[in-house]
Amino acid sequence: MNKDSIDIDYVARLARIDLSEKERRLFSSQLEGILEYFKKLDQVDVSSVEPMAHAFQVENVLREDESVKGFDPETAVKHAAAKRNQMVQVPKVVEG
Amino acid sequence: MEYEAFIGLEVHVQVRTQSKIFTSVGVGFGCEPNTLTDPVVLGFPGALPVLNKEAVEKSIKVGMLLQSTISEVTKWDRKNYFYPDSPKNYQISQFDQPICEGGKVEIELPGPSRNVMGEHKWIELTRAHLEEDVGKLNHFDNDSLVDYNRAGTPLLEIVTEPVLRTPDEAWAYLNALRMLMVYGDISDCDMEKGQMRCDANVSVRPVGQEDLGVKVEIKNMNSISGVRNALVYEIERQIQTLKGGGSLVQETRGWDASKNVTYHMRFKEESHDYRYFPDPDLMPVRIDEDWRGRISATIPERPYDRQRRYYDDFKLPFTITSVLIPDPGLCEFFEEAAEACNKPQQVANWIVNNLLSELGNDGLSLSESKITSAHIAGLVKLIEEGVISKNIAKEEVFGEMFTSGEMPAAIVEAKGLKQSNDTGELEPICQKVIDANPGPVEEILCGNEKAINFLKGQVMKATRGKANPALVDQMLKALIDKKG
Repeated sequence: MNKDSIDIDYVARLARIDLSEKERRLFSSQLEGILEYFKKLDQVDVSSVEPMAHAFQVENVLREDESVKGFDPETAVKHAAAKRNQMVQVPKVVEG
Repeated sequence: MEYEAFIGLEVHVQVRTQSKIFTSVGVGFGCEPNTLTDPVVLGFPGALPVLNKEAVEKSIKVGMLLQSTISEVTKWDRKNYFYPDSPKNYQISQFDQPICEGGKVEIELPGPSRNVMGEHKWIELTRAHLEEDVGKLNHFDNDSLVDYNRAGTPLLEIVTEPVLRTPDEAWAYLNALRMLMVYGDISDCDMEKGQMRCDANVSVRPVGQEDLGVKVEIKNMNSISGVRNALVYEIERQIQTLKGGGSLVQETRGWDASKNVTYHMRFKEESHDYRYFPDPDLMPVRIDEDWRGRISATIPERPYDRQRRYYDDFKLPFTITSVLIPDPGLCEFFEEAAEACNKPQQVANWIVNNLLSELGNDGLSLSESKITSAHIAGLVKLIEEGVISKNIAKEEVFGEMFTSGEMPAAIVEAKGLKQSNDTGELEPICQKVIDANPGPVEEILCGNEKAINFLKGQVMKATRGKANPALVDQMLKALIDKKG
């Protein structure tokens, strides 16, 4: 592991997923590969470029405040893995 | 050892709009579950957010009401976390370029008694940023159910550093903030409907110590007085823990309003790493001079500025202003009526002492009642011009006017309530009362002037309250003098 290695347990905890030992190794190396790829950006000289929030210099993309009807409840929860009373059912969680 | 407390508040206010902050589906409370949703709210693949102009304008307005610096350019960031209330696994919020920076709120502390105004002071703000509200979790024994109706409602988070020092200051700050939001037509701030929510962080330290103590965050407070009660409890708990030789840990505690205690929820180590980054789906917003100017023209007089004006211009007492000031609609009603009859104090008394209790009895709001400012002004005018007595106004006119919506002059006419200023009509009645009551007359002649009140009462009774009391007083005195 080099000094930029990923703390895979920390990432998994933030994502609330459990990983097997095999997955830990696999994902560590894949994520490190991604970081390695992004490091190519470090080679670009940006010293003369202003920091920007977006690649396009477009501002104030706004819509008027007009409301339309939403989903009917069946459609809204159609793709939920579990549902009850027109709501998405999840394992009991402690209020965060 | 003496301890002192430091309180910081994080207040979330739902900004009133027709549609959600990043999509056109409507907002609301108490609707059928998951019907205020669409692909953007539920974070379906490919759905893209488009910013609601009204949400931005109202937030700028809030910033102006709070005397914040409005950012020239404000932008959107993703706050990443995995929790079922957030269907996208991130919340669109603002990280390093919030819409409002700094600001201050004038507060009024509770006075020594209900009739006496408390001290005023200013509370400094850190910032206010705009974000999307998240869905609501309903907890059951074996599962939790998520309703995403609330998700995407525009939400302003208004933050203070730990600059509040007592539960009363926190209470006063929340009241002041709510008044500003109501004045600015931003929100009704009904905490029971979740329109305003508040988290507090609180620490204590021995007086004289430089560093702040261990910070505890409190959640689940559902009313402004709930915040005050939770802080009273928590500050005492922390002080007692330290006094007993214990130590405090950084933690999040919940408020249990039924047991009046805070309880441990989680430790700070479990706190999140949100990995904020600019949202590539949304463009920054530039707020130029012209836009600012247009919004600034809509900023109303602030509540405590209005209070000072009422003291100075109308000489109203605190017992009256404390009822009027929190309700801008009532203030406007008062000002209209006061201007129409030029008797602000009398108008204020009628509103606070009579109108509000009638409204309360019938469970009506001012706008639902038949009473207009012209009714109150008309009634006050009739009394001031001596057409009816205050008593007749109260007993015979007000109730009728409240029920029927008839103008007071018409009621006085129809019921024949006009006060009698006719000396020719009153004199024989006065004479009759004098003749029938030699005892009290004797007393008056012997110098007991108070005995005249009995005779006056008899005359008023005989005229069914319609006689002008001042005139009766004069006439009785003259007739008795003649006798003596």
